[in-house]
Amino acid sequence: MRAIYILWLRQLKRYVRSRSRIVGSLGQPLLFMVALGFGFGPVFAKAGNGNYIEFLIPGIISMSVLFTALFSGVEVIWDKQFGFLKETLVAPISRLQIMIGRTLGGATVATLQGTIVFLISLLVGFRPIGWWGLPGAWGIMFLMALLFTALGTAIASVLEDMQGFQLIMNFLVMPLFFLSGALFPLNGVPPALAAVAAADPVSYGIDGMRVLLTGSAHFGIVTDLLILVTITAILTTIGSYLFSRIQI
Amino acid sequence: MAEMVEVANLVKKFKELVAVDGVSFTVGEGEVFAFLGPNGAGKSTTIKMLTTLLSPTSGSIKIDGFEVADHQDEVRKKFGIVFQDPSLDDELTAFENLEFHAEIYGVAREVYRPRIEELLKFVELTERRDDQVKTFSGGMKRRLEIARGLLHHPRIFFLDEPTQGLDPQTRNRLWEYILDLNKKEGITIFFTTHYMEEAEKVARQVAVIDRGKIAAHGTAEELKKLTEKDSLEEAFLQLTGKSIRDEEVSGADRMRQHHALWRR
Ligand SMILES: Nc1ncnc2c1ncn2[C@@H]1O[C@H](COP(=O)(O)OP(=O)(O)OP(=O)(O)O)[C@@H](O)[C@H]1O
Ligand SMILES: [Mg+2]
Repeated sequence: MRAIYILWLRQLKRYVRSRSRIVGSLGQPLLFMVALGFGFGPVFAKAGNGNYIEFLIPGIISMSVLFTALFSGVEVIWDKQFGFLKETLVAPISRLQIMIGRTLGGATVATLQGTIVFLISLLVGFRPIGWWGLPGAWGIMFLMALLFTALGTAIASVLEDMQGFQLIMNFLVMPLFFLSGALFPLNGVPPALAAVAAADPVSYGIDGMRVLLTGSAHFGIVTDLLILVTITAILTTIGSYLFSRIQI
Repeated sequence: MAEMVEVANLVKKFKELVAVDGVSFTVGEGEVFAFLGPNGAGKSTTIKMLTTLLSPTSGSIKIDGFEVADHQDEVRKKFGIVFQDPSLDDELTAFENLEFHAEIYGVAREVYRPRIEELLKFVELTERRDDQVKTFSGGMKRRLEIARGLLHHPRIFFLDEPTQGLDPQTRNRLWEYILDLNKKEGITIFFTTHYMEEAEKVARQVAVIDRGKIAAHGTAEELKKLTEKDSLEEAFLQLTGKSIRDEEVSGADRMRQHHALWRR
């Protein structure tokens, strides 16, 4: 327990200390809110789809959670390169404990980041339909954060260095975000795109948050939760397995 | 004297490369043991196997009587280690790095609080206690790693080139600390170095490893007698051939050195 706690605390300290990283990573969501939200708002409203900002915000929050969580997981590569991983691997604790501590830490950091983006969205004019939905939305954020931290850890466990990083960005993170229902409603898109979106876990996180923050649903909250929990469980298992096989 | 380390027929293969090739040796409790060899000889690989970081291809290792493969966690509590490459978290402060270590080793808070202050004083870093490690010089980082490795009261301390890149003053001070510990607390010291005078001065037992095999084992005096040389450095060169084998090397040797150099 103590080991898990201190591993968790370390992730948090690193996050809080990297102020430039926090500020930098808030620029993108803000840009999306302003440019897309206000830019496409009129078209969206004209097409009879309602308020675009309201539609967009859960997607932007999910984007921050997705990015932050994945990078927290991928930090394992840094620890490999800068040597700190060895310090944890020779300690009298199991790899599973290390994995749990790191993943909880990364997920907490990503949830914090998502929360900050949510607060910014309030400044831009976003209003959730009711405060009762917030605890649930937080829960979904944390679930997504766990999922993508575990995915990041799994990937980092098999990569040797940061060279594969650009590849991950372009062929995993970007598609996960853009092919989800973050930016457009999934009703009425071509079936092929709908199928891809349905296979993208991000879609379910966003949908769950929409239910709780804006009251609209595509898959429905039960489906969202079932899928998120299942995929989180699978990825955590895979991540733990791959992490346990790291050789220095 | 009881044996602290017992290694028998240890082998480690990385694909086709045999990095450690049937190594056997023992290190007695309370010993100061130097593990010497040219670049790529297999020193770090052996230490990684002794400290559970790598699993051997074959062979057996006992630390303080425990089979390493079967009693990982007991063994891990018994040793401290300073790796060849840095292994601190640069974003954390000196104190936080030590605190982290104590927590993952399950040392009680009342025990480690004073111990940390004591060790910081020992390695002369008390003033830098709350500075982030990224602001430290190479020598300060090394000292902090030594303090960290000692935090959980290990019975044996592995040091993989602890003095690499340090100035002579710092090197001397470091050995003073370490030998002092060996004397006062009876901690077994297992180290590697490329400075032969250093090994000759501090080690009571020396093993020379070359191309994954033990070339000689004994006191510095014994090795000098064996090779009929006057210094350990000359004895070492005699045992391992030229210090760097540029000419007439086999393909396998060249590969070892190429690997060793590029892995830094
Ligand atoms: N993870 C690895 N994968 C492949 N080869 C490796 C790996 N680790 C070490 N080697 C190879 O094993 C051989 C022994 O390496 P090792 O690091 O043990 O040498 P060393 O004696 O510590 O050398 P140095 O004095 O340069 O530190 C080298 O040829 C090295 O390239
Ligand atoms: Mg080495």
